[in-house]
Amino acid sequence: MNPQLPLFPQSASTMAPQVDALFITWSVISIFFTVLIAVLILYFMARYRRRSPDEVGQEEKPALMLEITWSVIPLVIALVMFAWGARVFFKLYRPPANAVEYYGVGKQWMWKFQHPDGHREINTLHIPTGQPIRLKLTAEDVIHSFYAPVFRLKQDAIPGRYTEVWFEATKPGTYHLFCAEYCGAEHSKMIGSIVVMEPRDYESWLAGGPAGKSVVASGAELFQQLACQTCHLPAPGRPARAPRLEGLFGRQVKLANGTVLTADDDYLRESILNPAAKVVAGWEPIMPTFQGQVSEEQVLQLISYVKSLSAEGGTEAGGGTAPQALQKSETKP
Amino acid sequence: MNTTTTAEPLAAGPETGERPNYLNAAYGLRSWLLTKDHKRIAILYLISVTAFFALGSLFALLIRLELLTPEGDMFQPDTYNRLFTMHGIVMVFFFLIPAIPAVLGNFLVPLMIGAKDLAFPKINLASWYVYNLGGLFTLWSIVHGGVDTGWTFYTPYSTHYSNTYVISAALGIFITGFSSIFTGLNFIVTIHRMRAPGMTWFRLPLFIWSHYATSLIIVLGTPVVAITLLMVAAERVLHLGLFDPALGGDPVLFQHLFWFYSHPAVYIMILPAMGVVSELVAAFARKPVFGYKVVAFASIAIAVLGFLVWGHHMFVAGESAYAATVFSVLSMLVAIPSAVKVFNWTSTLYQGSVSLQTPMLYALGFIGLFTLGGLTGVMVATLGIDVHVHDTYFIVAHFHYIMVGGTIMGYMGGLHYWWPKISGKLYPAFLSRLSALLVFCGFNLTFFPQFILGYLGMPRRYWAYPPEFQVLNVLSTAGASILGVGYVLPLFYFIWSMRYGKASGDNPWGAVGLEWDTPSPPPTENFLTTPVVTHGPYEYNVKEVHDRTSHPEARVG
Repeated sequence: MNPQLPLFPQSASTMAPQVDALFITWSVISIFFTVLIAVLILYFMARYRRRSPDEVGQEEKPALMLEITWSVIPLVIALVMFAWGARVFFKLYRPPANAVEYYGVGKQWMWKFQHPDGHREINTLHIPTGQPIRLKLTAEDVIHSFYAPVFRLKQDAIPGRYTEVWFEATKPGTYHLFCAEYCGAEHSKMIGSIVVMEPRDYESWLAGGPAGKSVVASGAELFQQLACQTCHLPAPGRPARAPRLEGLFGRQVKLANGTVLTADDDYLRESILNPAAKVVAGWEPIMPTFQGQVSEEQVLQLISYVKSLSAEGGTEAGGGTAPQALQKSETKP
Repeated sequence: MNTTTTAEPLAAGPETGERPNYLNAAYGLRSWLLTKDHKRIAILYLISVTAFFALGSLFALLIRLELLTPEGDMFQPDTYNRLFTMHGIVMVFFFLIPAIPAVLGNFLVPLMIGAKDLAFPKINLASWYVYNLGGLFTLWSIVHGGVDTGWTFYTPYSTHYSNTYVISAALGIFITGFSSIFTGLNFIVTIHRMRAPGMTWFRLPLFIWSHYATSLIIVLGTPVVAITLLMVAAERVLHLGLFDPALGGDPVLFQHLFWFYSHPAVYIMILPAMGVVSELVAAFARKPVFGYKVVAFASIAIAVLGFLVWGHHMFVAGESAYAATVFSVLSMLVAIPSAVKVFNWTSTLYQGSVSLQTPMLYALGFIGLFTLGGLTGVMVATLGIDVHVHDTYFIVAHFHYIMVGGTIMGYMGGLHYWWPKISGKLYPAFLSRLSALLVFCGFNLTFFPQFILGYLGMPRRYWAYPPEFQVLNVLSTAGASILGVGYVLPLFYFIWSMRYGKASGDNPWGAVGLEWDTPSPPPTENFLTTPVVTHGPYEYNVKEVHDRTSHPEARVG
């Protein structure tokens, strides 16, 4: 038998000690109350044991103050711990502004990761210390869950939508990566490693690997291959047949049915795979679906590329500002 | 509680020399299978749920054996996945949910309120048949190779990717749900309409209050899970696109619908056990439950709040942070009435006349394990902690403390307390105390190491695991074998006692309560004359109650 007997997990992220503090405090409270109840029971058991077969207990009067006391004390403790837990949760939930975006796709039964520079890995994720990392997750088939115990972090990867998790590793080492959501036969083999490295080592690891195109560059290439530019980014002087995409990400979009939404990852994903679902006001629903033609990773690359267009700051982009001559009313005389 | 006329000893039965009771009222299989007597139906349920408990335990045994070693070396992963799925389905839907209401509740609700039977005896019998019909569907899927979705049936795995018998298992649960609804409806109507004269709401035993609260959850919640599972079956057959994103559905929608029932279902399991424990603590401290009204309303509060916390199962499933915050704080609130109950039970012992007979050992064991289960429940409801421990063995340990440490301890305690009422016989005192002790120790050894495993990061539903988790898993398996012995012992001595046990007398514990004011086993019509109630449920120091309960025969060990 393996002789190791760890009792507390290692920690390797900025958030892990905060989760541990919360957990240890709760454990102490739990032990206190469990011991309190146990001691009281054992004491009453001995002190008030039945001494004759006919003996009966002595009835007390209802004690409202006592009832209120032992309702309010647990309530206060629970609410304080709730607030503390929520604080930690919101920190876990909101990535810092300087976080770098990585991608993870779960499928039966492997994790596929892509670094911002285009490096791809399967079941292993190399990351540098001291750099907040946002991991955008989705799944190709069933629900999976990205779980890194040393970071005290878990996030489900859900097919058909994006979820996100962030962390900043603090301690170099090789740590467990698990799938925590049951996903079928080989669920317990959908495991791997998170390799945390000093930034310098990470750089040389990146340099040593096969040179890949960055995610944005792959997206740009795919954009050309799929001929998206014919409609979305036409050459100067030619009429656009679809909303331009510069500056689109993060902006408000008015739809044909009058609703207004923010162009986020999920919206872009849906617009690629199921374009008819949300048509921008003023445009014909002429875009074909790319469902089945692009993989989840390629969708992520396309979205990154569209985001990069925003970063370049196109100002006259998007459906609402499309030239009048190209609007629906006039393309259909 | 008191009756104006105490039961006269009955004339000896014509053939057996015994007093006529529900057991010797008729003989033959037909007299059992067509009975409308709630007490006989309780016995039928006892047999059925015991069979399912044995089956679920067998699956648990095989799971624990596989987990002795880090490598998956005993079963194929597919087999292992079926084992934990079937363990969960059988234990939750066919044992934990029906156990206390359908066995003890069926037997005792009419007796405790002074009624002749439940309001709808035929529906009661029908519920047993429906339960078994559902059980047959599920058994059919097991025999044909089982289901591998986990008892939670998460989509889109269950609707699209699993190649196992999902539909028949889901239909089994769907059908069995109706037996729960029948029972719940029966209890609600019976408690409202059939209380004996003088049995006001605040003279009801807490067992009745908790069964009333449970029935409300059953009637309101079960239809939701029934429809949800029907939707899963429909999506598998018709590809409707309800949950599968490839068809335009939403997989998380399923989780909302599923947990809307399945979280309250935890209270369906634990509330009746709380009712049992209230009875046991009062009977073995010989005094009223401290804060009776508070405990009664706590049951109702748990039932209501229990419907508002389902989202705490989805903190890491892409739920919005604001929704998660609301579900977290509501989950904290539901813990308060539970904590209050624990404090009230403990205070009941104060200045009591405490006797540590077998049922009381189970009840005290319940309080200890439920306290730990409840506290770890509040821990996992804390947002920052759940992100780490969700879907790990910490969760497995937590809900076993509630469901096994809570519900099964309550059920076993109740069986031991009312067995003399049910059978008219006594079981061996030493062996039964030993079994209570084995269950308590074995349980802690099985599940406490799983808290540590979970915080270390071992995910649940793993067929193979990293080697550093082995020692704790071996401890857990060792504990499970002790627990197994603790559960098998009562099976033998209960059966043994039916034939060889000493006659118990009508009230071996010297307990108060209408059920003890009638012969053991009770006659078919429960009471020879309709009882008239003049006191609260646990008034041991009211003189005439005391005189009546302290017959010389009325004592055990």
